[in-house]
Amino acid sequence: MTGKRPGMANERPRYNGMQWLNIILQGVLIGGLYAMFAAGLSLIFGVMRLVNIAHGDLIVLAAYIALMVTQALDVSPMTSLLLVVPAMAVIGYTLQRGLLNRTLGDDLLPPLLVTFGLSIMIQNGLLELFTADSRKLQAGAIEVQAFQLMQDVWIGILPLIQFVVAIGVIAGLETLFYRTALGRAFRATSDDPSVAQLVGLDTRHVFALAMALSLAVVAIAGVFLAVRANFDPAIGPARLIFGFEAVVIGGLGSMWGTLVGGIVLGVAQAIGAQIDPGWQLLAGHIVFLAILAVRPQGLFPRVSG
Amino acid sequence: MPEAPLLEVKAIDAFYGDFQALFGVSLSVEARQVVAVIGANGAGKSTLLKSIAGLMHPHNGEILFGESPITQVAAFDVLRRGVALVPEGRRLFPSLTVEENLLIGSQSRRPGTWTLRRVYELFPMLAERRDLPAVALSGGQQQMAAIGRALMANPQLLLCDEISLGLAPVVVRDIYARMPHIVAEGASLIIVEQDIMQALRAANHVYCLQEGRVALQGPARELTREAISAAYFGV
Repeated sequence: MTGKRPGMANERPRYNGMQWLNIILQGVLIGGLYAMFAAGLSLIFGVMRLVNIAHGDLIVLAAYIALMVTQALDVSPMTSLLLVVPAMAVIGYTLQRGLLNRTLGDDLLPPLLVTFGLSIMIQNGLLELFTADSRKLQAGAIEVQAFQLMQDVWIGILPLIQFVVAIGVIAGLETLFYRTALGRAFRATSDDPSVAQLVGLDTRHVFALAMALSLAVVAIAGVFLAVRANFDPAIGPARLIFGFEAVVIGGLGSMWGTLVGGIVLGVAQAIGAQIDPGWQLLAGHIVFLAILAVRPQGLFPRVSG
Repeated sequence: MPEAPLLEVKAIDAFYGDFQALFGVSLSVEARQVVAVIGANGAGKSTLLKSIAGLMHPHNGEILFGESPITQVAAFDVLRRGVALVPEGRRLFPSLTVEENLLIGSQSRRPGTWTLRRVYELFPMLAERRDLPAVALSGGQQQMAAIGRALMANPQLLLCDEISLGLAPVVVRDIYARMPHIVAEGASLIIVEQDIMQALRAANHVYCLQEGRVALQGPARELTREAISAAYFGV
């Protein structure tokens, strides 16, 4: 004990209402990123009941692919998405067709174990190729640009872009799920894979398309993560946890729910960080546990028949 | 030379694990023919349909559709070749609306006369309920939607598994009354039924299965009631 604790209350900075609003707003904006972590997870679980433990590591993999693309072609991180998104989609399709389809069945455990193994392989592969050094994608001046909304309330351009993109991604997924033939195939396969075959759907192909879509979203999330902060091969599992927490808070199977889940998590972390820097992650976990205890179905569960 | 049958099942053996459900079952279906498969519970009727539809694969024997073997072909591919199954218990997709359930039937994009409009003409009560979730339909309406979903694939051969199960007789008669329209559009039918009289009325040809074997077969009008009940109950 250093004897510091009793004095803490006096050392804590005091914020006025506007400053608190600013803190909450920053939490909302980061929530968009968490929603993108969560959307891919939710999609995969929804369509094929697969819990992808490697999801966080695939986000980091996307960040490294973006790093290579930006360095090799000397393009901005946003431009690199034109290559990273299709690349991750192809990786997703191949991964599902070549490996994960073989693990699916009545038992939830095999896909869990295989994606856990995949997580370790990706982490160690990245460590081998890129070392444990922290990297970051440079987006230039846009990284620090901000505008003032009102007294003490600032909005960063990059977090705003990230949030708008997240809304676009979620809206796009919702539209795809409920307005297109592919979405219909996803929902039918999710309902009853064996009857899906009877209407001519090759479920292995449908699952692979779902994984391709999930990793396309992962690619976008990975690039924003890498522009926002440092990354290294070991940060994947924590992103997986944020994604999981956002999915559970929002309610499984609801895409807009994952956005709300991401925002709740982001705001909890932002407020926690102001109370004590060590509380940032803890506050997020506490809110997650509290919602799980009070409303285990999440805030916006998909009503099913 | 007689034309080759549309479907020819040649001496198939089918198993669930170690349990043998079919013993050398043979059956053939001509174009535009309605074949009824009758038999007691556990006689192997559904197993026969599942084997034809590709949901399970026989260990021995061969299944030819339009003269090409489909014995080991996956279910989604069997459908694309023109064999659609209306599964036992309807099995509509609960999170899809009635119309979406029909539309997903046309996923295979097989050309033919059946369209959403034609299915609604055949079953007008589905048109009125097109935007409802499939689970909101009554049993009979669900059965119509399941038949409609299969028709949307424009099958040459439609397999119907126990379509009268759990439905009121008046509803069953209503559904069977529409079967001639389906045949008139060019499809052959295999009807698996527990309701023998219904099956005999609808079919040209009858197969009676008993404990996984064909106990009796023949043109529907030539089979006597005594012969059928002997084959059905094995007495």
